[in-house]
Parts: sequence; C-alpha cells; structure tokens
Amino acid sequence: MREQILTVIEKNSRIDIKELAVLLGLNELDVANEIKAMEEEGVIGGYHTLIDWEKTSIEKVNALIEVRVTPQRGQGFDSIAERIYQYPEVSAVYLISGGYDLLVSLEGKSLKDISLFVSDKLSTLDTVLSTATHFVLKKYKDHGTILASNKTDERETFTP
Amino acid sequence: MRNPLSDEVVKIKPSGIRKFFDIVAEMKDAISLGVGEPDFDTPWHIRDEGIYSLEKGKTFYTSNSGLKELREEICNYLQRKCDVSYTWNTDVIITVGGSEAIDIGLRAMLNPDDEVIIPQPSYVSYEPCTILAGGKPVIINLKAENEFRLTAKELLDAITEKTKVLILPFPNNPTGAIMEKEDLEAIAKVCIEKDIFVMSDEIYSELTYKGKHVSIASLPGMKERTILINGFSKAYAMTGWRLGYACGPKEIIQQMTKIHQFCIMCAPTTSQYAAVEALKNGDEDVAAMCESYNQRRRFLMNRFREMNLECFEPFGAFYVFPCIKEFGMTSDEFATRFLEEEKVAVVPGTAFGDSGEGYLRVSYAYSIERLKLAMDRLERFVNKLREEKKNK
Repeated sequence: MREQILTVIEKNSRIDIKELAVLLGLNELDVANEIKAMEEEGVIGGYHTLIDWEKTSIEKVNALIEVRVTPQRGQGFDSIAERIYQYPEVSAVYLISGGYDLLVSLEGKSLKDISLFVSDKLSTLDTVLSTATHFVLKKYKDHGTILASNKTDERETFTP
Repeated sequence: MRNPLSDEVVKIKPSGIRKFFDIVAEMKDAISLGVGEPDFDTPWHIRDEGIYSLEKGKTFYTSNSGLKELREEICNYLQRKCDVSYTWNTDVIITVGGSEAIDIGLRAMLNPDDEVIIPQPSYVSYEPCTILAGGKPVIINLKAENEFRLTAKELLDAITEKTKVLILPFPNNPTGAIMEKEDLEAIAKVCIEKDIFVMSDEIYSELTYKGKHVSIASLPGMKERTILINGFSKAYAMTGWRLGYACGPKEIIQQMTKIHQFCIMCAPTTSQYAAVEALKNGDEDVAAMCESYNQRRRFLMNRFREMNLECFEPFGAFYVFPCIKEFGMTSDEFATRFLEEEKVAVVPGTAFGDSGEGYLRVSYAYSIERLKLAMDRLERFVNKLREEKKNK
C-alpha cells in the first residue's frame, strides 16, 4: 500500500485522500492512516511545490557547489554537513562518491549573493579544502517534471 | 466506362467510429474520449534503440518473417508471460500491426463459404476481413449479464458444419471484458470437440486488472489449433511503429508468410529493432502504464456509481462500456446529443456490432484531469436527461 500511495503523491501531493483511495482501490480511512503514519515516521518529509521561477518576475540564481572536505575523526562527514545545511540559502546537501565529497545546492537572489556565500562562509570553514561553483543557466527538468515543454495531445483521429 | 470497383469492397460498410471523429475534429473545445490508442509516449529507451538502429544504418529490409532476434525474443516473452512454447524460425511471423495478422491469418485459412464465428461487440476489422477473405461471418451477440464473456453454450449454438474459425478477442475492445482460465477451458473443449480453429487476438494481454492474462494457446490441445495474435501498440504505447505478430502451427504461419511476402515484404525494420528492446527491457514500463490505466478505470467506475449509471466492471484493455438503456434512446442518439450539448465524444456501442446497442465505449487512454472534466459533463448530461424523462 505504501509504495502505491507514495508513487501517486510524489507526483501530485495535492490530491485529496478520497480521490487517492478511489484511484488505488483502497479504503479511504486506511489511506489516511497510512499517510499519517508515514508523516510521523518521516517517510514523508514534507509537501513542496515545484515552481518554475523563470516564469515569474522574481529573480533567483541557483548554483551547485562541489566541496572537498577533511572528514573528522569519529564523525566522518556528518558534522561538516550539518554546519553547511544550517544556512537557509542552502537548499540541498548530498554526500557524493567520486572526485569530491559534498554537493551543495544553493539558491540566492543574485550571482553576487552566491559568490559571497562561497567566499565568506563556505570556503572559510576549517575542514573545507576546496570548492568549485557551477551556476545553473537553465532548468530543463526538475523533480521528474519537464519544465520547458508544453506538450499537447497529438493523437490524430483514425479509423477503426 | 465500366464500373471500376469491386462489388464486394463497395458493399463493406465503413467503420462507425469515423463519423464522430469528423465532428470532433471540427469542434474546437470538444473533449474526445474516443481514441483507442495509449496516451503515453513510447518509453524513451525503446525510441532510443530505434534511433540508434538508424544511426548505425540498419535501414534494409529484414527477412520476410522478421528479424531473427525479434522472433526469438517473442518466443521468450510468450514462454515467460503465457507459458506457451513456440519455435522462432517456424512458428512466428512479424506483421504490420496486429491488424495485418488478422487479415493474412484469415486469408491463409479460409476457403469459400467457410464460416468464421465473431463474438460482438468487438473490434471492427474481423467482419470485413472475413468477407474479403471469402469467408462468411457468423456473429455471436455477447451479453451484459455474462460480463460480455463468450460462453460455451453460445459458441455451440453458433457452430455449423461449415464453421472453421472462432475469433476470440479478449481482453476486449470495446467492452473491456476478459476471459479467465475457466472460461477459456470451456471454450477450448468445444473447439477441440468440433474441430475448429481459434484466432486469438490478445493485443490487450498486458492490460488486465484481475490476475494475469491467460492465453487459450496455453491450454492442452489448443496450441496446434490457435493463431495467437499480439503486438506492441497497446502494451508498449507503440501504435505508430506499426508492429505486431502472429504465432501458430507452422503450416498456417508458412501460408501467412507467403501472403505477407507478396503484399508487405517485411514489417518496418526500425520498429523491429525498437521492439527487441521493448521485449528485453520493457517490463517496468508496462507495469507503470498498466497501473495508471487501472487508476483511471477505478476513477471512472466510481464516477459511474456516483451518478447511478449502470456499468459492469471491466477488467481489461482501456475501455469501459456503460449502459444507457434507462434513457430510452439509441447509442447513436445519446452519443450525438452528448457531443452536441456537452462537447464530449464517446463512441456508440453499435460501432462494434448490433449487440453494442444501448452502450457507449468510453476510452480511458486519457489523463485523470481530462477524464474528470468529461465525467463532470456526463453527470450534468445524465441529470438533464433524467429530468427530461420525469417531465414527459
């Protein structure tokens, strides 16, 4: 039941519970209880909105920053990650395999905003060895949704 | 000048679905629930293999029967999914859609005046293809009280000395009906006793919502008298690639291949390469699409229940077949008024045979959003008709 519910609400978190129950052929109360349980267990961490800021008048700049750090004895990467994710302008932090350690996704109002964050806050942390900042120029697809397309029903009428 | 046309061809009625689509095409804001074609794009990895084959210059004819690799994969697939064993080089032919397989299969089997039993409502091609092949269609009108399944009794009643082939179209377009194992066993028994062949059109085999599809070819004694027809259009959302296949006894496949090589040569090469990828790595895509269809099916059934519209629960394909007999009008009248007054196109059941009278085919190869909009309009329309009836 969980997988079924999650698959639907991952794409449409605004669906009402009654409709969700109909689609999945489940009891409404069971679905409501299961969702509540998953919220409490932290399986569901929140309900967010996918916004294409490009289409608004609000200026946003996104960057992905590769960070190489020195892991700390007894704590590995956790404590440094924690220091970084506390900043509100940081939207995501991942521990990564390969050539660097942490991938930090950053959202700011301007290029300057982001540059300042990197030079003043990130690079100055003791354990940070180096950073490489990549600015996002265009978002084509986000959270499994293609942002740039306006696809219409192109099926032609045919017989039979 | 002499009449340039064949009387036989002129006599054949054009498909009834056409008329509505012509009107829909004219109407700007009409919602169509009429299309019998998946709304999904072909999964990207399958398209990618097609493109890759073009890049590598694989643009030649394939052998008449189709790529060896594809025929082998089809045999693996049928073994895995339906528990039937076919031999790739003698029992399989790749065709231009399932529809070509129906045509050449009938042409390979029928002698003049052989009778072909066609259960209806069903896909519109069986009857004309039978006639064009020189056979005589014998129609069985399936019943709503049997959930539009074919019963052994109905079959027995239709069999004569001239009966040669039974067409078995399940999961069914337009009713969404399926035949479960017990249903098929009863039919198989009759076919063996009466020595008739089965053309089993299983194009919707992947889209079932109550257990796995069972092929009649998998039942004892049936493989040697069954032409199994399937294809890629519905399961893998590959309608435009035009690719299907038939499997069966090698004597029949051999004759089908003869017709195919003279009329068609071979199925499209690019499509064949893409289809290999579909069979090898497409299971997850099929499961995901099937789950989406099932959600829409449940949504529609729930809306029908809420508006008190009678409809048996279909467990296959992507159609529901609600009954509109309570309104005292024909399917055609209902569909025409519904289109004119609410701008929603559905197909009258009669397009699929006389026994479709009193029913509508509603396709759910559409997004939930679109179905919602259409169902709101249907509810309004149904309430209006009930009001009219009350005031009469």
